[in-house]
Amino acid sequence: MKDLSGWGRYPRLSGPLGAAFDTDAAAEATARLPGLVARGFGRAYGDAAVGRDNTLDATALDRMLAFDPETGILTAEAGVSLADIISVFLPRGFFPRAVPGTRFVSVGGMIASDVHGKNQHVDGTFGDHVEWLMLALPDERVVRCSRDENADLFAATIGGMGLTGTILSAAFRLKRVETGWIRQTTRVAGNLSEAVRLLNRTDTASYTVAWIDVLARGPSLGRSLILEGEHATPEQVESDALFPTPRTGRIGVPTDMPGWMLNAWSVRAFNEVYYRTGARKADCVTIVPWDSFFFPLDGVAHWNRIYGRRGFVQHQCVIPPAKAEAVLAEVLDRISEKGVGSFLAVLKRLAPASGLMSFPMEGLTLALDMPFSEKLLPLLSEIDALVVEAGGRMYLAKDATQSAETFAAGYPHLDRFRRLRGDLGVTGRMASKLSERLGL
Amino acid sequence: MTETTPRTNNARSLLVIGGTSDMGRAVAAAYAEMGWTIALAARDIEAAGRDAADIRTRVEAARVAVHHLDILETDTFGAFLDGLDTLPDTVVCVVGMLGDQERAQDDPHYAARVMRTNFEGPALLLEMLARRFADRGRGLIVGVSSVAGDRGRASNYVYGSGKAGLTAYLSGLRNRLSATDVRVVTVKPGFVRTKMTAGMDLVGPLTATPQAVAARIAALQSRRADVIYVLRAWWPIMSIIRAIPETVFKKLKL
Ligand SMILES: Cc1cc2nc3c(=O)[nH]c(=O)nc-3n(C[C@H](O)[C@H](O)[C@H](O)COP(=O)(O)OP(=O)(O)OC[C@H]3O[C@@H](n4cnc5c(N)ncnc54)[C@H](O)[C@@H]3O)c2cc1C
Ligand SMILES: NC(=O)c1ccc[n+]([C@@H]2O[C@H](COP(=O)([O-])OP(=O)(O)OC[C@H]3O[C@@H](n4cnc5c(N)ncnc54)[C@H](OP(=O)(O)O)[C@@H]3O)[C@@H](O)[C@H]2O)c1
Repeated sequence: MKDLSGWGRYPRLSGPLGAAFDTDAAAEATARLPGLVARGFGRAYGDAAVGRDNTLDATALDRMLAFDPETGILTAEAGVSLADIISVFLPRGFFPRAVPGTRFVSVGGMIASDVHGKNQHVDGTFGDHVEWLMLALPDERVVRCSRDENADLFAATIGGMGLTGTILSAAFRLKRVETGWIRQTTRVAGNLSEAVRLLNRTDTASYTVAWIDVLARGPSLGRSLILEGEHATPEQVESDALFPTPRTGRIGVPTDMPGWMLNAWSVRAFNEVYYRTGARKADCVTIVPWDSFFFPLDGVAHWNRIYGRRGFVQHQCVIPPAKAEAVLAEVLDRISEKGVGSFLAVLKRLAPASGLMSFPMEGLTLALDMPFSEKLLPLLSEIDALVVEAGGRMYLAKDATQSAETFAAGYPHLDRFRRLRGDLGVTGRMASKLSERLGL
Repeated sequence: MTETTPRTNNARSLLVIGGTSDMGRAVAAAYAEMGWTIALAARDIEAAGRDAADIRTRVEAARVAVHHLDILETDTFGAFLDGLDTLPDTVVCVVGMLGDQERAQDDPHYAARVMRTNFEGPALLLEMLARRFADRGRGLIVGVSSVAGDRGRASNYVYGSGKAGLTAYLSGLRNRLSATDVRVVTVKPGFVRTKMTAGMDLVGPLTATPQAVAARIAALQSRRADVIYVLRAWWPIMSIIRAIPETVFKKLKL
């Protein structure tokens, strides 16, 4: 029995963890073990990467198989990490076309969650850049899926949370970059409308993300710092190293911090300082290394322990443009009222994605971290109700709490996904704690 | 040979015996990074091919060849060495088999396989390489043994005895060749997170990554050493374990 809790450490889950050291062994395990899903680095926050009965650790599938510098297409096994990809290819002038907020994720995990980066509104999700993938099914078949071959299965696997089979390997495109530096501009939005307006500009930067001070109230409700970024050109870089190496995480959180350390007061203080320091940099341009722009939290090992033993929940929703501002205001208002502090509250603009179960849609997405407590659950279901009523949905890679009904209301292709799983004979064979909870 | 492969002229070459192991792959990648030509020897040629592709993808212009070798088929060693493109400058042997101690106690054939994989095969092959290195006048032999060979314990003495044999063999070889430019290094990795130890609960501070082992082995090109513990914390631990009188040691559960 291994501790298999997600990154939020709520709910606490454990179970048997099988290992596979090559793709043949992973295919064999997929055919042999019932109630299975694959697991990458366990960076999904809730219960997505925990099998109903069995979990298959795919991180030993760590081989890179081929790279074509002409097309930028990298073929790699599913357990290869994003950190590994960047450390090998950034010095050669290539960078992934979509990256989440941590680099400790696997290729399989990025495909299964169809992850979005700060540039999703311009460049699409990780899945949009996948050329093909090899999928192992419980009936012992290994099938190649792409937009031309087994196209339905391809669309269901991208964003399919491991529920169509085990991804063994994939080919995906990297893009050329001239440096490993980002030209970052910080903008200040004094309230929510301003933040929404800045995020929705048509001439937006390639990368944009807003950090919201969730505890601000009244006229400054939704005050935010908006970070915009573009890959810097060699001329803009002042350092000798065009491709800087990442800071290695010297600092870390060695054990669980006591729950009381993170209270409304400390969160408010943190947010206040963060906002004021950022506001001083308003409209000024800085050239920052790639890791601090894309992966600011990776510098602190085990930062999830600051929330203490009871863990935390990350809640991420997306709301269509028409209702976005009104619903976000309502959500922030309720959170602020309850005083559930959130260190990390992030607002981003999204565009539609192509996987059947992909999270992104046209609209704005809000992600909040909240320490777990019993009183949090009713608040979250209130928020969920507001979101689905506005035509939005919750992100499965973050989810630990939504109900089967909320889920069904948010994902319009759910019936097709169910049918496809039924036709393939994977229903019940590929199964996670998440799929059980959501009635998949 | 020089005419057919002119590009390998200047590059130095590494032979990894046990090229499909996590440690072997990491050592090969570290040397490829330094511009060396790599030969991976393994019993599973298809798996070794994938590992070679991995190194070629990671390290631009890396040259990696794959050769078949079963360490239990000692009769094939001569042909194996003759079949290499070139006599390597350095050989790193990581072949090994932990096996199942209880099964080895019950099944002599199985026990023999564990012993032969850890001791007989590596020792005989490294002896043949040592001769060729000595004829050439130089070379580096790195044998990966184990702290398990420093003292026999109830939980893994079949494996440990094989490693003890290898450690003694390497020590003798080093002694014999000390006046030459053929160097022999024994590496004792301690705990390493690999497929051999998958699922085991290893003590964090005493556990190295395959990359850390590889970095120590790559550093041997510029630093002299005879016996190395990859994580230095193992040296005092093993010194104490070796010093415990047998009358006491035999009663301990380690
Ligand atoms: C600090 C932080 C920031 C984040 N920021 C973002 C962000 O900006 N955007 C975003 O989209 N996400 C973000 N995430 C979420 C993260 O990108 C996803 O959860 C991702 O799937 C994690 O990858 P993993 O390898 O850890 O997969 P796991 O968490 O282990 O698994 C996630 C899902 O992928 C499936 N899976 C994993 N490997 C395979 C495989 N080989 N075959 C089939 N299915 C597989 C699992 O079954 C599970 O359903 C963030 C997470 C953290 C911790
Ligand atoms: N991991 C540890 O904690 C640890 C600690 C101390 C010492 N060591 C030693 O370090 C070395 C490398 O181990 P590892 O942890 O990387 O484990 P590993 O991956 O299991 O490595 C063992 C290697 O030996 C090969 N091998 C086994 N029998 C063979 C045979 N008959 N012919 C050819 N090759 C054979 C295996 O090939 P296949 O891939 O085909 O099986 C594999 O490449 C071993 O000698 C081990 O004893 C390991």
